[in-house]
Amino acid sequence: MSAFVEIRGVSKRFGGVQALSGVDLDIVAGSIHALVGENGAGKSTLGKVLAGVHRPDEGEVVVDGRVVAYRSPRDALADGITIITQEPTLVPHRSVQENVFLGVEQGALGVLDERRTARRFAELVQSAGIELRGRRLARTLPVADQQKVEILRAIAREARLFVMDEPTSALTADESERLFELIRSLRDRGSTIVYVSHFLPEVLALADTVTVLRDGKVVRTSPTADETPERLVAAMLGRSLDLTFPDKAPPPADSPVVLAVRNLARPPAVQDVSLELRAGEIVGLAGLIGSGRTELARAIFGADRATGGTIEIGGRAVRARSPRTAIRNGIVMLPEDRKSQGLLMLRSIVENITLPHLADVSKGGVMSVRSERRRTVELIQRLDVRTRSPKSAVNTLSGGNQQKVLFARWLFHAPRVFIADEPTRGVDVGAKRAIYELITQLAESGIAVLLISSEHEELLGLAHRVLVMRAGRLVAEFDQKTMSEDAVLHAAFATGGEEAA
Amino acid sequence: MTTEATPLQSRAQRALTRVDLAIVRDYGVVVAFVALFITLSLSSSVFFTWANMKNLAFQTAPVGIIAVGGTLVFIAGGFDLSVGAISGFSGIIAAQAFNASLGLWGSLIVGALVGLGFGVGNGLLITLGRVNAFIATLATSIIINGLGQVITSGNLVSVNADRFSTLGLGTVFGINYPVFVWFAFAGVCGFLLSRTAFGRYVYASGGNAEAARLSGVRVNVVRAATFAISGLAAGIAGVILVSEVQTAQWNANTGIEFDAITAIVLGGTSLLGGEGAIWRTVLGAFFLQMIGNGFNLLGTTPELQYVIKGLILAAAVSLDAWARRRRA
Repeated sequence: MSAFVEIRGVSKRFGGVQALSGVDLDIVAGSIHALVGENGAGKSTLGKVLAGVHRPDEGEVVVDGRVVAYRSPRDALADGITIITQEPTLVPHRSVQENVFLGVEQGALGVLDERRTARRFAELVQSAGIELRGRRLARTLPVADQQKVEILRAIAREARLFVMDEPTSALTADESERLFELIRSLRDRGSTIVYVSHFLPEVLALADTVTVLRDGKVVRTSPTADETPERLVAAMLGRSLDLTFPDKAPPPADSPVVLAVRNLARPPAVQDVSLELRAGEIVGLAGLIGSGRTELARAIFGADRATGGTIEIGGRAVRARSPRTAIRNGIVMLPEDRKSQGLLMLRSIVENITLPHLADVSKGGVMSVRSERRRTVELIQRLDVRTRSPKSAVNTLSGGNQQKVLFARWLFHAPRVFIADEPTRGVDVGAKRAIYELITQLAESGIAVLLISSEHEELLGLAHRVLVMRAGRLVAEFDQKTMSEDAVLHAAFATGGEEAA
Repeated sequence: MTTEATPLQSRAQRALTRVDLAIVRDYGVVVAFVALFITLSLSSSVFFTWANMKNLAFQTAPVGIIAVGGTLVFIAGGFDLSVGAISGFSGIIAAQAFNASLGLWGSLIVGALVGLGFGVGNGLLITLGRVNAFIATLATSIIINGLGQVITSGNLVSVNADRFSTLGLGTVFGINYPVFVWFAFAGVCGFLLSRTAFGRYVYASGGNAEAARLSGVRVNVVRAATFAISGLAAGIAGVILVSEVQTAQWNANTGIEFDAITAIVLGGTSLLGGEGAIWRTVLGAFFLQMIGNGFNLLGTTPELQYVIKGLILAAAVSLDAWARRRRA
């Protein structure tokens, strides 16, 4: 069989991060082709390049023997390629039918033909083997059915290749099973599916071919029949970047417990989590995207209110009512997305650093510009933020320097607990190294650090202890002796281990 | 594929337009102000005279005060449509209080404080009540207009004592009091915004509410406070206006909110929050008044001034949107 889509030497860079480098891949028409890999391995990016969401920096995509350069998902759709994303994007208050034909309305001269729409919808539903009522409002559908609407919508536009990016992440087991049946029937009718997922069992059950990605490169492509979960995990592993980590200095065993979290809950993302952090300790929190790591951090910080459980700081019970109270209690958090949750992009470095500490650089509410500047300049130098002036707007800085500004914000006063959610995301290698050193120094100065990262290498390289989350619960803990990338990954994926869910 | 600039070149070009548009948006009002000022000075012998300048400032003062308060609301990410209704109501209260012999300054202060009270109400409705600012202040303006009709039975409230016009018409060095009130209010608000912790919180709440919250800023309190200040501004403008004409009516200031919003936007303060400055709003208000003044002096069709004002407003908002887009 000849390849429907050939990807040749495709590379894609986002800021300082090489998401894809020199990817070669053939996708055979009428097959289910799975892309697997760790968080950040490039599988989603590859799917999006295929569907015209991202344009490759280098390399080419060949469809039906023709080199294509999609500028938008619309261009890709003209060739019959479409993407079904994790979060369905329907018009909530309109009917299923209207959503399906949105943009390709049935009618003449802009006047809708209701009867033709209904007939065409019935045909579509039948040919795809989907059961859905056309008149129902999209917002009343469960997520699983919303995905079906998206699929119908794609079929109505004569799509032949569906990129599905983690389609089961919001589905129940039952719904997932039905989606798989639909995917198989689509294949049997001649469609091609590129299936992006990190759920290995479902990939093995569903796909004809599986490609493993690591650090934006293809590790191997092989028939699914030749693979096992263990072999796939082994392929995803391996030393990626040539990064070195600062020496670990674990705190003494009698170091006091600074943060004690007991039975913390915020269902469904966080369920009954208990953990302790000692002064000077770096604890890594591993888990797949969606496992509840970020939600746990936000609940501890008070960004989202927990529905149950207790938090103690230095042996004293505190209530995580808001970030404001958490900050007062010495808990700070570097948020997952620095642009939308961390920085005031249009304001100066100085203003961004002092925002939580204005009481310290003002008298009676009036800013003392001089003392503010003196104290921030010190921090800027200490953290080596590369900038022309402390007054420069943050949006003029590189990703790594923006992240350093956020570190500076929380080091203005030494906190007791420092939560860092993906501190090196979108940061170049040099800045990564600087951030690693910073985190190590924080711990050495007696701060308890909770480090969340999708890069397991980073967690293992920095943390004195690693906790693994899966489906909202802590499922495994590793210390210095027992931690390995293999063990962490198996716990996160629920493969092999005795505690498989 | 069409020919394209290399990524590096196009990035540099983008950076250039980005800077240009933001500067035009922020300082366009200065250029426009100076240009119009010079044009009018050259084309009318009356324009650049002490009498006309004084008069211009005097006429601008009430709108200017409201626009200054509104600027804080805008920067914090809100929107206040109720200021026209509030100022009318405050005027009624001041006039009635004076007629009930509360004393000159006492009645004026009560009138202004009523404005503050409505502003606090707006703030609570929008933050605790979670009502969209546009709708909330539309609703309160309807309510306040209704209340104004109820307490006056829809009639004019006249004050028959010249003393009542002290605030509106009194002068120092030939300059009317309202001009001083306006500049003093602008000075205080400008100071709040640029020199105090509260000002930082205002910018942070409008620029990135989530980041502000995660930094421990009480975004709701900050936003509510800006509405309170805007209400106070409307109250002050209301008592000034009623003092000038010595009569109060519930709908006397209908539409003044739109003049204020126009002045704010002309000054380059973004509708989307997080950016803006008081001094530019002051220039924006002057600029708007100068257009009207110019039309009068030059004797051209006065109705045409609205067409011009509308066009300038549309252009200012468009410029803001483009400046934002380039930076996204």
